[in-house]
Amino acid sequence: MWSLSQIAGSIHEWLSTTFNPTIALVLEMVIAGVAIIGLFAVLGLVLVIMERKVAAWIQIRLGPNRVGPKGLLQSAADTVKLLVKEGMTPDGADKFLFNLAPFIAMIVAMLLMAPIAFAKDFQFWDLNIGILYVSSISSIMVISILMAGWSSNNKYSLMGAMRSGAQIVSYELSAGLAILTIVVLTGSLQVSEIVQSQANGWWLFKGHIPAIIAFVIFMIAVTAETNRAPFDLAEAESELTAGFHTEYSGMKFALFFLSEYVNVFIVCAIGATLFLGGWMPFHIGNWEAFNHVMDYIPSSIWFFGKTFFLIFLIMWFRWTFPRLRIDQLLNLEWKYLLPISMVNLLLMTALAILGWYF
Amino acid sequence: MVEELGKTTEGDLIINVGPQHPATHGVLHLVITLNGETIKNVEPHLGYIHRSIEKMSESLTYRQFIYVTSRMDYLSAHINNHACAMCVEKGLQIEVPERAQVIRVIMDELTRIASHELWWGAMAMDLGALTPFFYAFRERETINEIMEETCGARLTMNYMVPGGVLQDLHPDFQRKVKEFIQLYKRKIHEYDELVTGNIIFQNRMKGVGYLSPEDAVSYGCSGPVTRGSGVSSDIRKHYPYEIYDKLEFDEILETGCDSFARYLVRIREMEQSVRIIEQLIDNIPEGDYQAKTKAVLKLPKGEFYQRVETARGELGVYIVSEGGTTPYRIKYRSPGFSNLSVLNKIATGSKLGDLVAMMGTLDLVIPDIDR
Repeated sequence: MWSLSQIAGSIHEWLSTTFNPTIALVLEMVIAGVAIIGLFAVLGLVLVIMERKVAAWIQIRLGPNRVGPKGLLQSAADTVKLLVKEGMTPDGADKFLFNLAPFIAMIVAMLLMAPIAFAKDFQFWDLNIGILYVSSISSIMVISILMAGWSSNNKYSLMGAMRSGAQIVSYELSAGLAILTIVVLTGSLQVSEIVQSQANGWWLFKGHIPAIIAFVIFMIAVTAETNRAPFDLAEAESELTAGFHTEYSGMKFALFFLSEYVNVFIVCAIGATLFLGGWMPFHIGNWEAFNHVMDYIPSSIWFFGKTFFLIFLIMWFRWTFPRLRIDQLLNLEWKYLLPISMVNLLLMTALAILGWYF
Repeated sequence: MVEELGKTTEGDLIINVGPQHPATHGVLHLVITLNGETIKNVEPHLGYIHRSIEKMSESLTYRQFIYVTSRMDYLSAHINNHACAMCVEKGLQIEVPERAQVIRVIMDELTRIASHELWWGAMAMDLGALTPFFYAFRERETINEIMEETCGARLTMNYMVPGGVLQDLHPDFQRKVKEFIQLYKRKIHEYDELVTGNIIFQNRMKGVGYLSPEDAVSYGCSGPVTRGSGVSSDIRKHYPYEIYDKLEFDEILETGCDSFARYLVRIREMEQSVRIIEQLIDNIPEGDYQAKTKAVLKLPKGEFYQRVETARGELGVYIVSEGGTTPYRIKYRSPGFSNLSVLNKIATGSKLGDLVAMMGTLDLVIPDIDR
């Protein structure tokens, strides 16, 4: 059957038979790097057009429909526009930090792609602390936002950055605790093992109520972590014009924009991996025929289907809810989500010790 | 700048919101003194869209100056024109035919609904929810189409003239208005589901922007802003004009005094406007749509004042005449100006995000404030 792991395997085989091992390794690294950059760009384009179409669908309008078939090339056209635009640097800005910030945002988004299992046996880097790696790298994102807000020398940017800092730092806690509840069940931080542990059912269904609570908390927390509505206080266009990227233009702005979307993809991919079984097909108990049919669907389609379903959920939030106020945002985290997820983690630990899960 | 504001201390952040800013819905300039996210002082600066409409009107005849007023509060264009037309009629003692009166009232109420619809969408947009705007425009568009058919314009209608209305109704008018009422009744529950009942929205609105009834009166507020503080102020009830005294409708009063109360007043006012239109739409009397007037209008020497209830509050038109063909002096008492004046009072001490919400509930239309 056609699969991503077979393609990767045959490339590896061809390289190692054609070149000596060192050159083959270097070439493989180059190919992986190019693949990540390509994935970054493609995901950005796809998610932007998806967001606009979803928004249009929710808002009873058509959305982009002029460039290409059904407007599908609109984001490609926008990218070309952004590439040829001048990237202005304000006079009063700290030029080094100002220009560095968007690249940090982009690098963080790319680094986060490494441990994600896109399909069966297809992963850039299956390190044994994969989930820990994701949560630690994603906290670097806040540095780029603070850097952008501070170096812009603009009051709106600074306020947006400060809001964002408070927000990301606090919501990381409950996102981390929600992740921990699943780690407690699997006993491993390695992404491939977490996926493998769901071969007989997804954790969302196997983990009883604590898993469902953890899933809800995880979705809320990652929506806040990626600065998307209803937690988009960092950008809050009706209050702060554009928040931390007010002064950015051209491709520098686009890098922030793209990394936001890629971050949304990554957190949804993590959510799908932890709670919805990653690339694992949907199986029901001992319905042999049904399970067999499900196995025929390629694992990459399962993974991307689940991820895009979660992305759709996050987009749905954005186009439905009003924005929270900064104090309500922090109250929600520190007074509700954090205590709930702590208790939830304890519950899950008890369940895991007693073995009361499927 | 820091010394001028007086209230600032070391460490305060002064930001200029506007004149070009997505939150101000126009060219309003707010100088905000912030302590972190908390507002210490808000100072509105006006004048960016001042077109000296009052001075300009002194060189326009009594027929012409009415058209300029469509550009004041452009969302209540009919009602502005109505006020001016009635003021001139008062001076000339013209008896307006009953058909014209009914048409005027229907048009006023349609305008009020359209204005509140736009306010509802923009209000939700201020709070970061972009979708309600499109839902509001779905209904508003049908009203605009009705206006377009009868008046020829969608925004600045210029339909009310001294003595009645400019031309007769379009033959489709009654059918279309009934269709609109049906559409409205079918869709209004979506407003509550999408925004009013939303827990985030309620948390953002309840308990913020407290305006006590005493302050509402002493700052000269009017319209839904005062009624949200429980002060009865509907000109249609207190100083009925045209046929409002014969109509059955309620003055909406909420006693919450906060942003949410002002929000509810406007939402429920739309229902009352529909109620008024329902009473009239099948009972438009036959007859002239305009009284016979002289080609050149000359108001007798004296002072004339007429007030109406626009979508935003009380609009007063004050004409001083020397007996000529043009007014000697015109003064408008616009609702937006007085309503804006409470902004500092209600916003001080709250968070920056709430300022935008409060401005939304005051329903500011900048050309109305600045004229």
